Amino acid sequence: MAEGKSILVDTSRCTACRGCQIACKQWHGLAGTHTKQAGSYENPSDLSDQTYKIVRFSEGKNGDGKPYWYFFSESCRHCLSPGCMAVAEKDEIVVDEKTGAVLYTPATKDLDFKETLKGCPYNIPRQNPTTKVLAKCTMCFDRITNGMIPACVKSCPTGAIQFGERDAILAAAKKRVEELKKTFPKASALDADEVRVIYIVTDDPKKYWKYASAK
Amino acid sequence: MTNHWIDLKNSDVILIMGSNAAANHPISMKWVMKAKDNGGKLICVDPRYTQTAARADFYAPLRSGTDIAFLGGMINYMLQKDKYFKEYVLNYTNAPFIVGDKYDFTDGLFAGYDPKKRSYDKTLWALKKDAKGMPEKDMTLQNPRCVFQLLKKHYSRYTPEKVSEITGTPIPDLIKVYEMYSETAAKDKVGTIMYAMGWTQHTVGVQNIRAMSIIQLLCGNMGMAGGGVNAMRGESNVQGSTDQALLFHILPGYLGAPAASLATFTKYNEARTPKTADPMSANWWQNFPKYSTSLLKAFFGDNATPENEFGYGWLPKLDDGQNCSWLNLFDAMYNGKIKGFFAWGQNPACSGANANKVRKALAKLDWLVNVNIFDNETGSFWKGPGMNPKEIKTEVFMLPCACSVEKEGSISNSGRWAQWRYKAADPPGDAKPDGDIMYELMEKIRELYKKDGGKFPAPILNLKWDYATDHVFDAHKVAKQINGYFLKDITLKDPTGKDLPFKKGDLVPSFAFLQADGSTSCGNWIYCGSYTGKGNMMARRSKNDPTGLGLFAEWSWCWPVNRRILYNRASTDLNGQPWDPKRPIVKWDGKAWVGDVPDGPWPPPADKEKGKHPFIMKPDGVASIYGPGLNDGPFPEHYEPLECPVPQNAMSKQFINPTIKIFAGEMDKHFTCDPRFPFVCTTYRVTEHWQTGIMTRWQSWLVEAQPQVFVEMSEELAQMRGIKNGDLVKVTSPRGEVDCVAMVTTRFRPFKLGNLVVHQVGMPWCFGWITPKDGGESSNLLTPNVGDPNTMIPESKAFMVNVTKAKGGA
Repeated sequence: MAEGKSILVDTSRCTACRGCQIACKQWHGLAGTHTKQAGSYENPSDLSDQTYKIVRFSEGKNGDGKPYWYFFSESCRHCLSPGCMAVAEKDEIVVDEKTGAVLYTPATKDLDFKETLKGCPYNIPRQNPTTKVLAKCTMCFDRITNGMIPACVKSCPTGAIQFGERDAILAAAKKRVEELKKTFPKASALDADEVRVIYIVTDDPKKYWKYASAK
Repeated sequence: MTNHWIDLKNSDVILIMGSNAAANHPISMKWVMKAKDNGGKLICVDPRYTQTAARADFYAPLRSGTDIAFLGGMINYMLQKDKYFKEYVLNYTNAPFIVGDKYDFTDGLFAGYDPKKRSYDKTLWALKKDAKGMPEKDMTLQNPRCVFQLLKKHYSRYTPEKVSEITGTPIPDLIKVYEMYSETAAKDKVGTIMYAMGWTQHTVGVQNIRAMSIIQLLCGNMGMAGGGVNAMRGESNVQGSTDQALLFHILPGYLGAPAASLATFTKYNEARTPKTADPMSANWWQNFPKYSTSLLKAFFGDNATPENEFGYGWLPKLDDGQNCSWLNLFDAMYNGKIKGFFAWGQNPACSGANANKVRKALAKLDWLVNVNIFDNETGSFWKGPGMNPKEIKTEVFMLPCACSVEKEGSISNSGRWAQWRYKAADPPGDAKPDGDIMYELMEKIRELYKKDGGKFPAPILNLKWDYATDHVFDAHKVAKQINGYFLKDITLKDPTGKDLPFKKGDLVPSFAFLQADGSTSCGNWIYCGSYTGKGNMMARRSKNDPTGLGLFAEWSWCWPVNRRILYNRASTDLNGQPWDPKRPIVKWDGKAWVGDVPDGPWPPPADKEKGKHPFIMKPDGVASIYGPGLNDGPFPEHYEPLECPVPQNAMSKQFINPTIKIFAGEMDKHFTCDPRFPFVCTTYRVTEHWQTGIMTRWQSWLVEAQPQVFVEMSEELAQMRGIKNGDLVKVTSPRGEVDCVAMVTTRFRPFKLGNLVVHQVGMPWCFGWITPKDGGESSNLLTPNVGDPNTMIPESKAFMVNVTKAKGGA
C-alpha cells in the first residue's frame, strides 16, 4: 500500500526547539524521566517506552574549520514493509489500512523484543520493563483519525515537520530537495520509497544520527 | 520593535546578532524561514555557534562585548564603498546637519568629560542652529562639521584589521557580513535586525543598538516593510509592562518622570515638551501636556483640577539625577536603606546580576512579599545555600497568583500588538489574578490611611480607584481607563475639519483628541484607541490582510493608533511614492495616504507648505545618526567591558566606558585582565526554561530535556584544563562560583586577537537551588553588578571567569 499518510521532517528547517519531543510526551501522557546533563543538549539519552521521539544533536567541524550542528527529530518511520513485523505471528503489530500507520498493540508483550528490535533498521522499538509491551510513535493515530494532525507536527513553529497524503508529501520532499541541492549538493530525502516518515538532510545522513538512514 | 514579528518575512537580509532567536524566540523563526523561502538571507553573529547559527546562510563569531567594533566596521565599510542610500540619508536623517563648534572627539573621549563626575557636559554636543533656531545644514554633505563627515571620520578608525583584532572575527568573515548586509542599502532591498539581551546587557548596551540604528538609517531600512530595529522581548508582556511604566524614570506612555526641581506642573510640562523652529517638523511630543494632564485625570479623577495642578503635587518626584533602577535598588537594599520589598512575578535571587549580593540584600529587609505562581529562590532565600534561618529577620509572605491563562486581560507583544486574552480556567486554591491582589491591597491601604491617617495621605486618598465590579477587580474597567474618557460634552474637529460631537463618558477614539485642560482622561496616551465606542479593539481577531504584507490590521490592536510599522512615511520618497514598489507599506495618492496607518495625515515633504518630515517623534523631524542625547556620546564608540581579557582598548586610551557607575562595596568585586579569571563568560537562556526557570523547573518534561546547569567551552580550552565532555567543573568569578557540567563543543572556538588567544565560555542562567534538587545554581552568582550608563542594565553578557575541574568530578 503506497497511499495513506506521510510525515516530512525537513531538518534544514529545524531549529531544535524540541517542541515536537515535548508535544509527543504531552499528547501520549508519557512521563518525564530523571536525566543528567552529559555534555549535550540531547536528552533523554535514548528512546524508551516513555519517549517516542528525541531530537538528536550532532556536531563537528566542516572542512573550513567552522562548526556544524545538525538536529534530527528521531521517531518511528512507519515503514511500508515494517521490519519489526517479521517476528509478529498474529496481530501484535498492525498496519492501519487507511493511513498506513504501524501500530503496536498490547499483545506485543508476547513478542521476542530483541528479535523485534533486530528487525528494525532504525533501532526504534522499546519495551516497557514491567508490562513487556512494546512502544514507539503511533503517528498520533487517535488524532489523525479524528481530523487532527500529529502532535509533533502541530507544535513545529517552522514547518520542519509536515503531515499529509503520501503523494503530496513525496512531491513536497522532491521539490524541497531540488531547491536545497542548489546550496547543498548532498541534500536528499532519506529512504523515501520505503518509509512514511521521510527525513530531508543536507549532508551525509550518518553525520546526523547513526540510524538516520537504513542504508 | 519598530516593526512586528510577521513582518520579518518581508526581509531580504536578516541579521540576528545579540540574540539566539531560534532557542529563545522559537516562533520568530517561522517568519525568518518564510523570509528565506522568499529568497532572503539569514546572517548570525554570535560568540557561539547556536541553534540560530545552524539555520543561517552565514555565521560569524565575535568575542562578547565587541559589537560596536563589529558594527563600526560595517559603518566604515558602507561609507568607504559608497554603499548607502543617499536620498534617504540626505532627506530623512540628520546627516547634513552641522554640529556645534564645541563637539570634539579625542582618543576615546568626547568633548566635555568630567572625570570626577564620570559624566559629560552634553551641551557641548549640540547641533548648530541659525538665528531663527533652525538647524544649519549642508545638503552637499561636504562640510567637515556636518554629521555625515564626522560620522565618516569617526568610523574611519574601524578598519577590518582593527576590528578583527578587537572582535576576534576573521577578516574574511567580517567582510562577508558587511557585503551581505549592505546590499540592503539598495532602494528596493530591505534588511532587519533581531536582537535581544545579547546587545542590551553590556556597559555599552544602548550604544550597541545605536550603532545598528545608524546602519539601518544608512541603508534606508527604517519605516520599511521588512526593516526596522527589532528588539525581541524576553517575556510575552515585557513590552506592555514597559509601556505602562514599570520602570522608575517614566510615567505610562513614556512620559518622563517628575523630578524634584520641576516643582510645578507647568515647569514639568515645559521641561518635557521639546520645541522646534522648523514648520515642517511635526514634533509630536509638542502634545506632551495633553498626555500628562489626561494621565493625571486618570489617576485622580474629579480630585484633579486646574487649581491644584491636576494633582501633580501628589506624584512622587525623583531627586535630580537620582537613578532608581535595579542595581541601585539592590545596592540600597544591601545597605539597609530599603525595608520592604514586593517581589512580584520575578525571582531576583536568580535573575539579578551578582545574585549573591541580591540574596544578602534580601536578608536586610524587614519584610518581603513574594507574589508568584510557585515558590522560588527569592521567597525561600532564607533557607537557601549559605543562609542561616536563625540569623535572618526578614518576614516573608507568599501570595500565590493566577498564571496567564487563569485571568483575563491584555498582553502587548514585542511588535506592540496589544492582544486581549480570555480566561481559560480558574486559578487553583487561593491563587488570585495580580489585578485582584493589587486591588484588594490598595483597598486595604486606603482604609488604613482613612482610619489612621499618615504622613502624606493625599495621593492615596485622592486616587481614582473604581476598577471593581461587584467588589471584584475588572480588567475591562482598567483597559477603558487606559484608553481614556471624555469628561464633559465637547465638539472637536476631525482632520478634514468636520465637527465631531462627543458626550461626557464617551471613550476617546484616538490620542489626537486628548486635551490639556482636564476635559479628557487617559491612563496611557499611546494606548488611546485600544478600547473605544466600537468596543475592545484588542480583542479583534479578523484575519484580513489585503496588502499581503502580514499587517493584519484587524487582528488585536497595535500602539500607536494601530500603526503596524513605525515611521512608515520614511518608506516613501519625497513625493510619498514607495522606495520599494514591491512592498508598499504606505503611499500618497495625492490627497491622502493609503496602506498602513501613516505617521500623521500630512502630505509628504515635497509639499513645502503642508508637508512634514517623516520622523515625527524627533524635534527635527529626521532620524538621528548623530545622537547628542545619550550619556556616553553622540556616536557609539568601542570600549572594553568592565571585566575583559585584554590589557588595553585597541581603539583608544579610554579602556572602559567612561560614564559607567562602578559600585565599590565589599560585595562589588571585579577584576579585569586578571590571570585568576582568564576566560570570557557570557550567559543565556535555553528553549526549555523560562527566564530563571521558575515556571519551568517544576515541569518534568522540560527538566528531563534540560536537567542541569552546564558550561559550554571549546575543545581547546577543555584540553588546556584537562576537562572532558560531561566532567563536573567549577566556574568561578570574582563574585561567586557555580558547579556545573562541562559541555565541550566545536561550537565555541578560541578568538585570535592579534597575537593574543582568548577563550570564551557560556552558561545558561535558568537554574536555581530550589528545584530540581540536582539541577545546580544560577549563573547570575557570577555576573557583575555594573550597568549601562543610560539604562543601568547589568553587564551579564561579558565578564571574566575561571574554569577548573571540580573535586569529586570524573
